[in-house]
Amino acid sequence: MKFTIQVNTGPFTHQASDSAYRFTLAALESGHEIHRIFFYHDGVNNATMMCAPPQDDRNLQVLWTELAAQYELDMVVCVAAAQRRGIMDKKESERNGKEFANIAPGFQISGLGQLVEAAVASDRLMVFGD
Amino acid sequence: MAEIKSFVYINRKAPHGTIYALESLEVVLIGAAFDQQVKLIFMDDGVYQLTKNQDPEGIGMKNFSKTYAALGDYDITEIYIDQESLEQRGLSIDDLQELVYEDEDDDWKEKSSMRLVSREQLASVIDSADVLLNF
Repeated sequence: MKFTIQVNTGPFTHQASDSAYRFTLAALESGHEIHRIFFYHDGVNNATMMCAPPQDDRNLQVLWTELAAQYELDMVVCVAAAQRRGIMDKKESERNGKEFANIAPGFQISGLGQLVEAAVASDRLMVFGD
Repeated sequence: MAEIKSFVYINRKAPHGTIYALESLEVVLIGAAFDQQVKLIFMDDGVYQLTKNQDPEGIGMKNFSKTYAALGDYDITEIYIDQESLEQRGLSIDDLQELVYEDEDDDWKEKSSMRLVSREQLASVIDSADVLLNF
């Protein structure tokens, strides 16, 4: 089956992005296809490379980045939601007159159209977080 | 992307207090460019999103409630309001802004997009969805 995953909450406060990660991993290991992972609302906070949790805690951003590299996943962060919350790539950072970019490897900034396209193209859209 | 799917957006939260109402509207408007079938549901505190005369200036927020009036121009013509949610909040359909569209199959006559429905009818709308987005 072809899935698209939508992640609506940031890491740590809620379990939803952990669940999204584990679902994605389980789906891939079972031979399913992940068409896209789309980060919306506070879910964009999964994409910052500035997270530094204690060493004995999981780092979801790193887990996502590694999973994306291993399975060549398309991980998209909504540009409007990301700009509100301070998640930017180099291009957006410069365009907004900011000093830094903080988007982690494996994540791409793009528009909401990518969510709608993915929902049309996939058998199931799985939404994690409220 | 020739396939047409039925997108149902459920709006459950008040217009302010969280960002869900605004970021839902952003998906709806951008999604409209994809020529899919779109239905909107307003239930629970989501019915407040459509109330008339909103003025959030006092809390420093933008009044985006006027944007809903543009939904008809985006060919979004099916807007379902949960009657029970209105009643629970002491509201009636008259407290909501009237959303309309121009029917191209009927000499562009202006028609209401609003459908006041029961929970049972809502269930069948939700059941008809290929893609369900809950905000």
